[in-house]
Amino acid sequence: MKIGVCIKRVPDTETRIKIGADGKSIDESGVKFVLNPFDEYAVEEALKLKEQAGGEVVVVCLGTEASQETIRTALAMGADSGVLLKASAVPLDPLVVARALAAELEQGAFDMILFGKLAIDDYGQAVGTMVAELLGLPSVSAITRLEVTDNTATAQREVEGALEVVEFSLPAVVTAEKGLNEPRYPALRGIMLAKKKPLEIKEVDLDQGGMEVVELTLPPERKAGRIVGEGPDAVPALVDALRNEAKVV
Amino acid sequence: MSELPYFTAEHQQVRDLVRDFAESEIKPVARELDLQSKFPWENVRKMGELGLLGSTWSVELGGAGMDYISYIIIVEELARVDASHSITCSAHTTLGTSPIVQFGNEEQQQRYVPLLASGKVLGGFGLTEPGAGSDAGGTETFAEDKGDHFLINGSKIFITHAGVGEIFVITARTERKPAKRTGGISSFIVTKDTTDLAEAEAVGVGHDPDLVKTPGVTAGKKEDKMGWRASDTRELVLEDAVVPKENVLGEPGKGFINFLKTLDSGRIGVGAIALGLAQGALEESLKYTSDRKQFGRTIASFQNTQFALADMATEIEAARHLVYHAAWLYQNGKPHTTAAAMAKLYASEACMRATTKAVQLHGGYGYTTEYPVERMMRDAKVNEIGEGTSEIQRLVIARDLLKDYAVA
Repeated sequence: MKIGVCIKRVPDTETRIKIGADGKSIDESGVKFVLNPFDEYAVEEALKLKEQAGGEVVVVCLGTEASQETIRTALAMGADSGVLLKASAVPLDPLVVARALAAELEQGAFDMILFGKLAIDDYGQAVGTMVAELLGLPSVSAITRLEVTDNTATAQREVEGALEVVEFSLPAVVTAEKGLNEPRYPALRGIMLAKKKPLEIKEVDLDQGGMEVVELTLPPERKAGRIVGEGPDAVPALVDALRNEAKVV
Repeated sequence: MSELPYFTAEHQQVRDLVRDFAESEIKPVARELDLQSKFPWENVRKMGELGLLGSTWSVELGGAGMDYISYIIIVEELARVDASHSITCSAHTTLGTSPIVQFGNEEQQQRYVPLLASGKVLGGFGLTEPGAGSDAGGTETFAEDKGDHFLINGSKIFITHAGVGEIFVITARTERKPAKRTGGISSFIVTKDTTDLAEAEAVGVGHDPDLVKTPGVTAGKKEDKMGWRASDTRELVLEDAVVPKENVLGEPGKGFINFLKTLDSGRIGVGAIALGLAQGALEESLKYTSDRKQFGRTIASFQNTQFALADMATEIEAARHLVYHAAWLYQNGKPHTTAAAMAKLYASEACMRATTKAVQLHGGYGYTTEYPVERMMRDAKVNEIGEGTSEIQRLVIARDLLKDYAVA
């Protein structure tokens, strides 16, 4: 089974984001970058599929030179090889990214392609399904369970108040939701082995597509809370505040 | 995190891994383990799986094949969250395993190192005695030559893992009246069953039933310590211990020289524990002082707080340079005895100052177990004592300074 996983390098969730001088990008100085957490689920699921059915796991990343580190993390977890589609910047337009990834994946004869359901930097939640569409493959997004038998697979997704079970044939594209699995740590030996695994770098030339960042602003600071009282006696005051001040009930 | 010339991209990966592990698996349980003085078996298993208990040994011997600086990073990052976990890793690695890797013959290495490197069983090192600590020449444990084996009698105190561990390197006299006071001391490998059989069986590591145990080796009572409370420290008792000749480690009579070498690298490890612990205390203080308000403003906005934080950070940075410089010298086979002593001396004293300051900055809360800084302050003290007190480090440094002068 040949499994592809598309990954992205994103700022660590605990990073305090500062906006750059141009007002359109984040200030990357001192920011720690990590493998997108949702992509970790995708890598883990790919490794489990490989452990079950044999085969190989190839990680593909569109990003700048620095994304090599992110690919090495996936290799240290256990992926077999990596491809960096090297661009000077990652465009915001998901269609541009999807086209570049699809062009690479098209040549790979993959049985299964996994994505994280979204990248935590832009929350676009679009690239995975766009790639499926471009490749003409079935796709299931935000899965919390995956089972593969020969050329068919069953995936589970959480929908409002229920679980949806989807059967589909391979090759296919799925995107991983939190809860799909518990990603493994890259063990020390994995880090050592990763150094020797193949990582191919291919230059790609991308246009910006149809989207442009006009301005970035931080969300307004949350105002301090107010304690209206304690115990059952405080309920009327709380209801009053919620109804007349906050206007939420 | 500061950039140092010693670090590669791979070192950063190791740091990320251990930091992530420590934050997710150790931080949530550190307080409880400390309060109950409970050995972290579950996390020992996890550390073994990640390769943290055999990082620097060759893949052939079951290790991860990493360099020494990677190991120091592991020790530092564990201590940043909990010193007990860190000493468990470092005592097992530098004290318990490294003498066998460094001085053991092929057969001894094959028999013991894979068990230790994988974390399947824990190891320790028995040097200190009631009458011999920093004065190793005072060793009284005696190994009597019985032809095909040695009969060893004596007692080793303050031994990390004496209870939980199964494989130990110990020192004993093989000559009653050697020409030199430090002569006639040999090293031996001895084994015993872990005291925590039930826990070990529950987690699946800590005990190897196939490992032949040395008759007459037992663990004494557990020490009730100020800090490092989740680490295991006990007496190791040798009572008519029957040790086969093949368990002599290294050249007979060279025990003293050998353990001096073991202690050199052990000191860099303790320096790394102190460094990580101090860094952890600084980060806790940054978080607390920028959150806690008094007189209508965060206490971090007061100049007194800022001065304290700046002093802590500067001393920690200095300690970091000393520790990693000593580690680099060691890794590259260069003389490192003085550098290791300086790194341990400075880092442990800076750590004591930093953790004490951290408690002060936390005020009343810092004195409670609600915040980790009181544990950090208790954990700091032993770094100035274990593996050579600060006073012994100063003697080691002075000996080197004065070596070309006649000092009567």
